[in-house]
This record gives sequence, structure tokens and C-alpha cells, in this order.
Amino acid sequence: MNLKSVLIASVAVGALSLPAHAENILNWGSSRDIGSLDPYSYGDSFTINVLNHAYEGLVRYNLDLKIEPALATSWEILEDNVTWRFKLREGVSFHNGNPFTANDVQASLARVSHENSPLKGNLPAYVSSSVVDDYTIDITLNGTYPLLLNDLTNIHIFDEEWLVENGAELPTDIGAGVEGFATYNANGTGPFIVESRQPDAQTVFVVNPDWWDEPAHNLDGFVLSPINSAATRVAALLSGEIQFTESAPVQDLDRLAAAPGVNLLEGVDLRTIMLGFNFGETLMSGAPNPFSKNEVREAMYKAIDLQLIHERVMRGKSRVAGAVVAPPIPGYVPELDTIPEYDPEAAKAMLAAAGVPEGLEFEFNCMSDGYVNEEQLCQAIASMWSRVGLAPKLDIAPRAVQSPKRTNGQTDVYTLGWATLPMLDAYSPLLQIFHTKEGNSGVFNWGGWSFPELDALVQKAGKELDTETRLGYETEALQIVKDENIMLPLHQQPMAWAVSDKVAEMPLFPDNKPRLWFTQMSE
Amino acid sequence: MLAFLIKRTANAFFVMLAVAFLAFLIFRSFGDPVEMMVNEQATQEDRAALRERLGLNDGFLTQYVRFVTNAAQGDFGISYRNQQDVMVLISERFPATIELVLVATIISLVVGMPLGVLTAVHRNSRLANFLQLGSIVGVSLPSFVVGILLILAFSVSLGWLPAFGRGETVDVGWWSTGLLTPSGRQALILPAISLSTFQITLVMRLVRAEMLETLRTDYVKFARARGVPRARVHWVHALRNCLMPVITLTGMQIGNLIAFALVTETVFQWPGMGLLFIQAVTFVDIPVMAAYLMLVSLIFVTLNTIVDVTYAWVDPRLKDDSAKAGAANG
Repeated sequence: MNLKSVLIASVAVGALSLPAHAENILNWGSSRDIGSLDPYSYGDSFTINVLNHAYEGLVRYNLDLKIEPALATSWEILEDNVTWRFKLREGVSFHNGNPFTANDVQASLARVSHENSPLKGNLPAYVSSSVVDDYTIDITLNGTYPLLLNDLTNIHIFDEEWLVENGAELPTDIGAGVEGFATYNANGTGPFIVESRQPDAQTVFVVNPDWWDEPAHNLDGFVLSPINSAATRVAALLSGEIQFTESAPVQDLDRLAAAPGVNLLEGVDLRTIMLGFNFGETLMSGAPNPFSKNEVREAMYKAIDLQLIHERVMRGKSRVAGAVVAPPIPGYVPELDTIPEYDPEAAKAMLAAAGVPEGLEFEFNCMSDGYVNEEQLCQAIASMWSRVGLAPKLDIAPRAVQSPKRTNGQTDVYTLGWATLPMLDAYSPLLQIFHTKEGNSGVFNWGGWSFPELDALVQKAGKELDTETRLGYETEALQIVKDENIMLPLHQQPMAWAVSDKVAEMPLFPDNKPRLWFTQMSE
Repeated sequence: MLAFLIKRTANAFFVMLAVAFLAFLIFRSFGDPVEMMVNEQATQEDRAALRERLGLNDGFLTQYVRFVTNAAQGDFGISYRNQQDVMVLISERFPATIELVLVATIISLVVGMPLGVLTAVHRNSRLANFLQLGSIVGVSLPSFVVGILLILAFSVSLGWLPAFGRGETVDVGWWSTGLLTPSGRQALILPAISLSTFQITLVMRLVRAEMLETLRTDYVKFARARGVPRARVHWVHALRNCLMPVITLTGMQIGNLIAFALVTETVFQWPGMGLLFIQAVTFVDIPVMAAYLMLVSLIFVTLNTIVDVTYAWVDPRLKDDSAKAGAANG
């Protein structure tokens, strides 16, 4: 065989591997690529979200973001209150044909909770699991813990046999410099099968004809093509090369809305943007720090014109927030969501009364590639604070540069966005942000505050198995956050997806995660 | 000659060491990769443990020496983000960038040389003035603007060519090529034109300047006096004498094009090395950034060394004074 016939042969093979009836293929132009085909490889919600099309958890979110059975059909908490017994779905098989059993669950939980797994924080209460029979498994936790199901929505289940065959029982360890089989290959139980992947070019998914569930979609497959440049993404949508993007740039929304053949899906994200303060003794400049006083934080909140930010900076697309969690999040009550009246005069008087010197300089840390329009947002707030006699110094840089400064408390005021992912419960910010920094708690408590009363409520909520009582504790704790102005909520940021008119149905989820197994294309 | 070769190679080696040193200095201000790698729920201890395992807590010199020792054995580690061997990642992207750069170079020669001859021969004509003006636009327009304009015209309005990607590729051994499929060739057109605009003007201006010089020489005048047709004098005899500097420039510019292709690759989502590098910067993927910088500087250093050696071979005087060789190629 000469070179030419080799080439022709390989082209022919390439053509044959396309699905025979390539009708309903959705081309998804995403703003970024997934990191790998291994959902446990990198703490990245987008990667987990995309791989959820191939891999599934024991439970999943439905159209209303309520938890429903997936690979598990039912569950109960045993008498010791720390062991959960899951009944598994029978007759499910992996994409390679292997049957799904309790051993697969055990191997997956061991893999994700392994010491080297970057995702072990997603399953914080897990201790061990034991197989009761092929379709029953007991999961033991480190105490009574109400949010195991929420955690399990994001723990994808692997096939044990496949992991062992390919030497991938352990998560990849970059420190040791070893690659993993699961980085390049996928084998789940989900509605789509990964057919091929070229990093930064495309990942091809074809429909799984043997999926255990009744499909609510009519796709034959979809192609994930990352297009990092926003302008190119918009152009590709206008020219019909892609039919869907989960990231329509805010500045192009009007143009996309006016374009023929393109439909815009707009909504409000669950992510609440807030401002945090350093509670330390001194400011970065060495001057005494006034931000640990509640009346100073309250005055600074009053000095921000939230309505103006909503209209100008966010172009009327955001939702002004008075609470640190969004309305759909369990634990939220409307009473928390009150917004202070904008009153610069009163703010100025309060600052003076609290002994804040005129022209106080402090550092204000923002990210250039963080939240929606964050640079403009920070500039607006800085100028509003200047109006009441403060002198904020804006420090704007990419996330990678700002993160170390923020986590080490090397700033005075900072922005933070929290969507309560992947838990979708108010317990998430209460534990991670507002609890005192100790052990597993308060990882995002960058300001270094401590409210023992709040801590007690969070700990009680973390052990309470009765949902009503637990949410009561959480609401009470959120009230303390509100009264003490620990952080100042600004808004829930806008999100926009765009689809071509070939897509008949694409439900928009407030957690900003596309779930294409609900997508209908017009025939 | 041998002593000269050894000297040049040693120089190249020290340049590479210096590049690695500077790269490591810069990485320290890039941020903390661990913050990007773990998920929101990871505890402070988890983060510290990961940092320790990646060796990020070691001193600057320790990290540098470790990198150089491993790199000398061809081991650049595992990408933090993609969890793949960095050498594999880069060698997968290498063909895409090289094909783009080579096609852009060919376009720049095919378009730039005739334009250069035209503007030199028909000096002061309206066409020549227009082309001269156009070349200023070509030099001043940033390539991402050119890229977006091309996309708007040929993808959105006319719908002729794809706005992003590389189309279908075919593997020939380890080399993946887009040149053998219709969709691959279509996808190559816009990025290649966008990358070549600057290069076209460069070639055109160089050919024009050389041509003006050549047209004044005696042999051109004698050829005309002998009755050789005007076109033959210009396009065959004169042009051939202008080619030496064009070839040198084109060779040297290939390194530049590879380095600057990252802008074009970002605009067109061309899956080459530049795109890989840009993403590595976003995610503080230090192994990928380091390997990319080393590879690009290796290409530059190799091209420079080859040119130096060739010059020395052509002009033996340079062997004794390598300072002149350095000056000869800037």
C-alpha cells in the first residue's frame, strides 16, 4: 500500500465513524473546554456538568432542581443515624455493556474520597461503604449529616471492572507525574456516550440507545466545541455553525436578540455577588482597621446605590439582592431580602460617628476575569464610597493573581460570588464562608470573623436530619449574617444562553448548567 | 569551523538556560495554581497538602534546578489542568500551528513578491501609491481585528468559510493534518490570511526596496539595451537577484509567526500550541507554560544558530569574529 492509499483509507474510516443518521446533532459552542474526561480530575464544575451527560450519580436534579432518584431508587437512614442504605436500580448497564452493581458504587466512592483526589471536598462526611448485596449498599458517615443526597448528585459512578482493568482505581496524581486511563476514556451509564475527544477542538457525544430512563430529548448526539473568543462564538452562532452556547456575552445580547434565527434565553443565576471585609487589627496600610465594627459596614452598605448598579452596570439584567443566598435556595426567606435605603448623607454621618477618619485609604480587591462586569461594578462602588469621604484603592487583576492575596487576607475589601454549588442549600455559604475558620469550616472566611452564636446554629443545622428544623436553623443563621452585615450582598448576576431556532426546547437552569437530556430539536 | 560550531552551540545552550530562569521568575507572580485546581469545598489543609505534593513550597532555585534537570531528559511533567503528559499535549498541537504558519508564509510570498515588484516597477503610479497606502494599513491593523473582520465577512455575511476550528483532520503517523480534507482546507483559509497580513506587507516592502536598487544596476540597463522584453527583465532577472534577503527574512520570521500565531489561534479557536499556552496562563498551568516557552525559544535559538553557521560558511571572515555574526542577524 502506498502513502496515498493509506491516506484515502484513513479518510474513509473517519467518514464511516460518523453516526449514520446524523439528523439531530446539536453543536454546542462553549466558552471553555472541559479539563479531561475524568470527572474526578480537577475541581471544576463545568467539567463535571458536561461529563454528567456520560456519567451519572446515585441521585440527580430534575427540571425544578429538586433531587430525584437516578442510579439509586430509594434510600433510608439506618437506626444509628450515620449509615445510609441505598437500594440501587437493577438492569442498568455501562456503555461498555457491564452491569451496574453495588461494587461499582463502592469503587467510585473510594476513588473520589481518596487522599489525592481534588474532589474529595465534594463528599465531606464520607467515611466508608459496605456492599450488602448486588443492589444494596450502606454508606457510613462521620456523624449525622442531612445533605448527603445533595453531595451525591455530583459524584459520578464508574464501572469497577473497567477501572481495575485499566489501572485507574486511584485518581490521577499530578504530583507523582502519572497519567490516568480515565483522562482519555469515559465509560458511564448516562444518556450519551463519548465517541471521541480532541482537546480544545471538539468532544463528540452520541446518544446511548440503552439508557435506563425514558429520554426526554430527541438528540442523536451533540458536539461540544469550545470557542474561547466571545466575538467568534457569537459569529459562529449567527452563521449557524453552532446551535447553542451557554455563554452569550452580555455586551452582545441586544445584537443576538435582534438577529434572525437566534433565540436568547435570559435568566438570573443563583450566584450572589457580595463584598467582604477584613476583620483584622490593621489595614494593609498599617492604619487601624474600622471594618470590624458593624456600624461602619452598615454605613458602607448605605453608601452603595444598588438600584443604579442594577440599571447601569448590569444593564437591568441582574436581580438586586438583600440576602446572601438566592430565592430558590433552601434556607432563603423573603424577610431576609430587604435592601437598605441609599442615603450617602446618613452614611457619611454614621462613618464620622464611628470615628472613621475622612479620606481613609484602603485596598479594594477585584478580579478582571471573575464575575459578570466585575471591573465596572468595582469602579462604580469605589466612586460611591469616595462620595462619602472614603478613599478606596482599586486593585484589579486576573483571578489567578488575586486568589492568593484574598485567601491569605492580604486585602481590606474584596468581592465574592457564591452559588451554593454543588449543594444548592444555604448550608453551603454558612459553613464555607460565615463559620469561624477552623478545620473544614470557614475555608472562604477570608476576613477572619468569628460569631460563636452563628457557628452554633451552623453546627446544629449540619447534624439535623429533619428538613424543616434544619432550614429553621439556617434561616436564623442567615439573619445573623444580615444583622451583623458580615458580607454585603449586591445582586444575583445575569446569565444568558443563546440557541438557534433549530432548537425547540432548551430548559434554562438557574445553576447555569446545561442539561441536554431535556433538549428538543425541531424536526 | 568546529570550534566555531561548538561556540555557537554553547551560546545557544546558555540562552535556553536564561530563558528558563526568566520564565520561572515570571511564574512566581502568575498566581497560585492550587486555587484553580481544587473545588470550592476543599479545606485549607487539602490545599496545603496539594501544594506540598506539587513541590510549590520549595524555594525558587530548587524548583528551577528540578525543572532544568527534568527538561534536559525531555520530561516536562504533567499538565495541572489536562492531567496529560506535557510533551504529548504539545506534540499533538504542534502540527496545527506549523501548518498554519507554513501556509501563511506561502501566502505572504505568493502575494507579497508580485506586489513588491509592481510597486517598484510602476513607481509613482496610482496603483503603486494605493498599494503602499494599503501596506501601511496592513502593518497597523492588529491581527485579531483582521481575524474578526474576516469572520464577519466570510462566515457571518457570506457563509462561505467556517468561523472556528480546524475541520476534519487525518493522521499521517503522529502528524495530524487538515490539508487532506475539504473541511480542513476550508478551515485553514481565514486563519492563514489573518496571520499573513503583516507578513505580506513586510515581504512587499522588502522586495520593493531591493528591486529599486537592482533596477539601477548596469546589467538591467544592458539587458534592456539588448532588447530583452521588459517583463522578462523585471520578473526573471531582477527579481531573482532580490530573493536572497527575502529568503533570510522569511526563515527568521517563521519563529516570530509561531510565537504570534497565538493571537490568531485564539480568535479562530485553532487547536495549536498558542491556544494551549493561553489556556495554560488562565489556569496557571506552570508545566505547560514552561514547556511552551522552552520550545518557542528553542525554535528561535535554532533558527538563529543555523543562520549564523550558514553565514560563516558563506563568508569565512565571520568565523574569527563571532561578534559580527551576532550583529549580522540582529
